[in-house]
Amino acid sequence: MVQQPLPETVRIYIMGKEYVVPDSLTIQKAFEFAGYQWIRGCGCRGGICGACATVFRYPGSFRIEVGLACQTVVQEGMYIAQIPFFPAPKATYNLDDVAATTQAIQALYPELYKCMGCNTCTKSCPMDIQVMEYISAVIRGDLREAARLSFDCVMCGLCTARCPAELKQYHIAELARRLTGARLQPRAKHLAEQTARIRAGYFQPMLEEVERLDEAELKKRYVAREAQPQEDDPNWSPKDKSYL
Amino acid sequence: MGYTRELLELIKKVEATRSARIARARAGQDFPPLSLEGRAERLRFHPDYKAEGRRPLRVGPSKGYAICHEIADLLEAAPLVNPDAVDLRQPDYETDVLVLGGGGAGSSAALLAAKNGARVLLTTKLRHGDANTMMAEGGIQAATQQAWDSPYWHYLDVIGGGHFKNIPELVRTLVSEAPLVIEWLEGLGCLLSKEPDDPQGTLRMIHGGGTSRKRMHFAADITGAEIMRTLRDEVRNQAGKIRVLEFNPAVELILDGAGRCQGAVLLNLETKQLYVVRAKATVLATGGSGRLHIQGFMTTNHYGATADGLVIAYRAGVPVCFLHAVQYHPTGAVYPEQAEGLLITEKIRGYGAHALNVDGEQFVFEREPRDVESACFIRECLEVKKGVPTPAGKWGIWLDSPMIDAMCGAGTVEREFPGKFILFKRYGIDIGKQPMLVYPTLHYQNGGVNYNQRGETNIPGFFAAGEVTGGVHGENRLMGNSLLDVCVFGRIAGESAAAFAREKYAPGEPTLDHVRRFVAERRDAGVEGKTASPILLPDYVSQTVKDKRLPA
Repeated sequence: MVQQPLPETVRIYIMGKEYVVPDSLTIQKAFEFAGYQWIRGCGCRGGICGACATVFRYPGSFRIEVGLACQTVVQEGMYIAQIPFFPAPKATYNLDDVAATTQAIQALYPELYKCMGCNTCTKSCPMDIQVMEYISAVIRGDLREAARLSFDCVMCGLCTARCPAELKQYHIAELARRLTGARLQPRAKHLAEQTARIRAGYFQPMLEEVERLDEAELKKRYVAREAQPQEDDPNWSPKDKSYL
Repeated sequence: MGYTRELLELIKKVEATRSARIARARAGQDFPPLSLEGRAERLRFHPDYKAEGRRPLRVGPSKGYAICHEIADLLEAAPLVNPDAVDLRQPDYETDVLVLGGGGAGSSAALLAAKNGARVLLTTKLRHGDANTMMAEGGIQAATQQAWDSPYWHYLDVIGGGHFKNIPELVRTLVSEAPLVIEWLEGLGCLLSKEPDDPQGTLRMIHGGGTSRKRMHFAADITGAEIMRTLRDEVRNQAGKIRVLEFNPAVELILDGAGRCQGAVLLNLETKQLYVVRAKATVLATGGSGRLHIQGFMTTNHYGATADGLVIAYRAGVPVCFLHAVQYHPTGAVYPEQAEGLLITEKIRGYGAHALNVDGEQFVFEREPRDVESACFIRECLEVKKGVPTPAGKWGIWLDSPMIDAMCGAGTVEREFPGKFILFKRYGIDIGKQPMLVYPTLHYQNGGVNYNQRGETNIPGFFAAGEVTGGVHGENRLMGNSLLDVCVFGRIAGESAAAFAREKYAPGEPTLDHVRRFVAERRDAGVEGKTASPILLPDYVSQTVKDKRLPA
């Protein structure tokens, strides 16, 4: 291509090949503008699924930049490549058999302690997650903190792709979150009570009743529903308690 | 980047009315919700009510049923794969249960089928977990708090939101299974938000549009992603029982001479090889169709939402319902342009943020059911002419997120909506301090294939679950009922399919004769057009490139 950039366009390099694209596009849309139809490397297009992990460099810079292609706007001179898949084996386990401890996680991911604290993972995270911090939290046994710090992880794999110690950070984080949810947080008491009532068939008569109603009666009851106020009040209860 | 100077000027009008609006909200003075008659009047502005937007189907089991052109085009289209080109004699895979789709419904189905003793093959068009489930933000409804709620009230909310057209047995199943699903997710370690430091583990709950009680459970503002990554992790833990094939969408169902489902034909998207799967039972969980951009609307949907499963099921003889009703989410981003169509969770309004016109004034109760809310937004822009003009020449409505920080304390927006906060921060907008600009965006396929409360379709051995189905939501789904739908009916379909494989399966000679019959019916009805379906991938390649391409 020998095209000159027009106003409001930029020159980018998709895997080394030059294309001129509008400067308002995300990397994802710029690929499409250039003629690519995605198979891999494109998912939700909304910054949450982690399918479009992308690495790029600006001209003259030594630094490797990272981003999600669907969230990152193109800039002049970007050299761009995607990492649509990275081999990072996930340990398989029966969650009930895994203790919520560092030792149990280490047994599944023995490389955990190889972390040398270089912080490359954090610098490689397109979601600005403190990856090294959550790995440290796992190592010191604070799985709740690891769950909290890693909560926004989209599992794109960029941390793992760049880790010199070859950790699978995002799989470790997933395990830490699941152990936190299943083991470290108290189970919801009100939920257990409600499911016990469901299993005992408590709601069956009222559901059979409402299922048989004609549209006119349904509308009447729908309009008459008592709305719980928006303002938080943990002690609120409806006047009509007959269908609770 | 951030807002343009013009928009910054207009934001001042939002700020000018904010303190008075907050005072009213604190006094419990909501903008008055519409009556049922008022809703009906406003719904005239909903895109579904445009007569020119739909047409009767000319072929297939629901011939005569009028639905949008974009889906009709695909249901009537010629098959992508010539049935004569497929050799059915030697299957490439054999399994008890074949699950088509790797989103929330497919993953739930696979887990429950495996739990019930079946060998499972899960195939998906993109990666496992690439699905609308991943993108659902706001929450999952379930009547888990007996002090103020029960499945009865959930039932009334669902059926009222669906215009009283929903199929009662499906609604009943949805609401009575809901707390069981929450318990299942809790046991899998899914991090639904709980009250901090509460030894009783109380789940946090808020309102959603059209709910009478607070029963929206959530995982910050990435509820779907948290559910999806948990389910995906668990499916992978079952590697000995569940095999996953990515980038292998189903392109046709396989039936036998007696009309029973015997598996499916898959296409390897990368090598273009066709695979034959012989299965004792098959579950359809392929999701929706937002990427068809119905009536030209932008969409919140996943890249893969192209109605593929709907197409192959219809061709095999499964009728469709409620496809005449398409859901437009009231709040898709319209600014900045790069984020266009992006979902802004209803939970923002669930927290009390107002929707405002160009004068910074309220014009609608912010938690009407989605179709009504969207219709009111469109009316305010196109009829009342009080929309906010965007730099790209579109209209928007302000969503006053800073109200949340003002009412619930500074930092609440950042804490409760971390996903959206970081996203807008990248575009130079602090949504704790500046409102967002939104407009209705294509969000959900309310209808789909006919099925029943056991997940069965009219084809023996063929089950369905999730967005690809129709009936449970009637003509309009409420917020928080799609994540619930995929889990409830995914689990049921998986169980039913495993039971069918074990107890009812009868072998038969595999054929694609139903495809040949469909081609003949199409010809006899005089349907023309070059489109071949399923289309599998949307095509956003620029026209200048297409015009100069080597002809296919």
